[in-house]
Amino acid sequence: MFCTQCSTPGSGMSDFRDAGVQLSDDASDLAEIDETQGVGGASLWSDAWKELRSSPVFLVSLGIIILISVMAIAPGLFTNADPRACDLSNSLGRPSAEHWFGFDLQGCDYYARTIYGARISVSIGLTVTIFAGLLAVVMGSLAGYYAGATDSVIARLTDIWFAIPTILGAIVILSLLGTRGFFQVSFVLVILGWPTMLRLYRSSVLSVKEQDYIEAARALGASDFRILSKHILPNAIAPVLIYAAITVGVIISAEAALSFLGVGLQLPAISWGLMISGAQTRILSAPHLLLFPGLFLSVTVFGFILMGDSLRDALDPKSR
Amino acid sequence: MGRYLTRRVLQFIPVFIGATFLIFALVFMIPGDPIRALSGDKPLPQSVQDTLRAQYNLDKPLWQQYALYVGGVVQGDFGEDFRGRDVREIMTERIPVTARLAIYAFLFEMVIGIIAGIMAGLNFGGFIDNLIRISTLVVISIPIFVFGFMAQLLIGVRFDLLPVSGLRDGQASYIMPAIVLGSVSLAYIARLTRTSLAENMRADYVRTATAKGLTRRRVVGVHALRNSMIPVITFLGVDLGALMGGAIITEAIFNLPGIGNAVYQATLRQEGTVVVGIVTFLVLVFMISNLLVDVLYAVLDPRIRYE
Repeated sequence: MFCTQCSTPGSGMSDFRDAGVQLSDDASDLAEIDETQGVGGASLWSDAWKELRSSPVFLVSLGIIILISVMAIAPGLFTNADPRACDLSNSLGRPSAEHWFGFDLQGCDYYARTIYGARISVSIGLTVTIFAGLLAVVMGSLAGYYAGATDSVIARLTDIWFAIPTILGAIVILSLLGTRGFFQVSFVLVILGWPTMLRLYRSSVLSVKEQDYIEAARALGASDFRILSKHILPNAIAPVLIYAAITVGVIISAEAALSFLGVGLQLPAISWGLMISGAQTRILSAPHLLLFPGLFLSVTVFGFILMGDSLRDALDPKSR
Repeated sequence: MGRYLTRRVLQFIPVFIGATFLIFALVFMIPGDPIRALSGDKPLPQSVQDTLRAQYNLDKPLWQQYALYVGGVVQGDFGEDFRGRDVREIMTERIPVTARLAIYAFLFEMVIGIIAGIMAGLNFGGFIDNLIRISTLVVISIPIFVFGFMAQLLIGVRFDLLPVSGLRDGQASYIMPAIVLGSVSLAYIARLTRTSLAENMRADYVRTATAKGLTRRRVVGVHALRNSMIPVITFLGVDLGALMGGAIITEAIFNLPGIGNAVYQATLRQEGTVVVGIVTFLVLVFMISNLLVDVLYAVLDPRIRYE
């Protein structure tokens, strides 16, 4: 896909390009070394890292994300109880010293279920963000770098996407699917989530591609693919990274909302959205059913949004 | 300006067609035969089935069904559901509820959000600024349905300050749903106003205005604020459409008979015409509010001239 696109613009100079393949690789490697060690380029990242390490906001968000991730990977570290071992005689039991979060309607240990609920939320959040981000970077590169017809087609496509409210689109698509698990929910959220990141990356590419070092790389004979991946990507990705951290939180929240509305994940999946959905009719008699998954969900989303916020402070030179 | 408007309205057409066709195709891809489903166990005679299919244009290919549908919409005919109820009638009954909810939420988020943002932006880096920064993040992080239930539980039930759900209490019924619906956007508006204002306060023209001896009120109110409002207004314009669409969850929590509730129920019952009708309406609202934003730009920023 990339190579058919990238060989066309330099067609007139193809002889030079072929002869200069070896040279161009060396030359742009040199340019790369300049970037990492010189004044501009990657020093933004080392500056950012220096600033992040001493930022309490960043450390708090990192702490929350690590905690929730460990919970998602190894829930057994936090609880010995089996979230699927339920005893109806404990139905709707209140929180106690042995069972911190009480029991749900089926008499399952609510603390265990809340801990195990982290896995699906975090994995959907990360999966959707990574795939939507990849899609956005590929399409954004094409739109921003090649401009013209490619750009117009992609721009009109995102216009159409933006005109459809996200939750509404997700409800319509998901209600058509009979079984809805991790794969279906992630897929729909990727489909609906990529245009914002695409716009961000496209405008970032547009401003970066006018820089002198891009012109220099092109003059040295670097291919379009090389320019896009080695020179534009590291310099244009910052806004997308910031937004991606926030997106993980937003997607986790969206998955919970869809599960809450009954068009997301289905039982017997253990998910915070489903737990809140089950608590909905009993918020008066058993408020703990709402409180604990709601709290975990909010704290997780908070962690990712806080991370995005501190990344922005560190990476956006305007705020310095 | 006139030429610009015409161009924008012309640009509407492909987006409108694309968005509505997407939804139309999705909804009518639902597996199953709605005509056969009407009759239950005892199948209708073939002739009756054929007549019904022809009546609802179900015998035609998808693109032709779509063309006929859009042709109707342009003339104000949104079709009817399978029980013969006019979709436009459903919409005229439901839209006022959602519109009122969205407008209250919009006013709430705009007034409080901008005030909070100005307070933070003028105290950039100070205590109030950090307080507003962190509290807006907390508001953004709490999913709207968790927030909604918490509000019902605390404000509605525990302290009995506001009606909990339904529409029985007139205008007061809208207060809590509107606050819940507007809260996330409020946080975004406050943050946007804050960064935008703080950035403008460092700009040269603000220093000039201060240097020529204007009062702080005038420097902030006339010079800095006017420029700072441009990104905020973009957000507000996009948000008005988003509020109408986002009302689905709020209406579900507070049991309000609005358009979000209607489209949600219709999706679950697979009433295609109702879903497509409401989505078409929402797409229109969204696009018109975006156009209004573009026009407002010119009023706020004299550097922007539309040719």
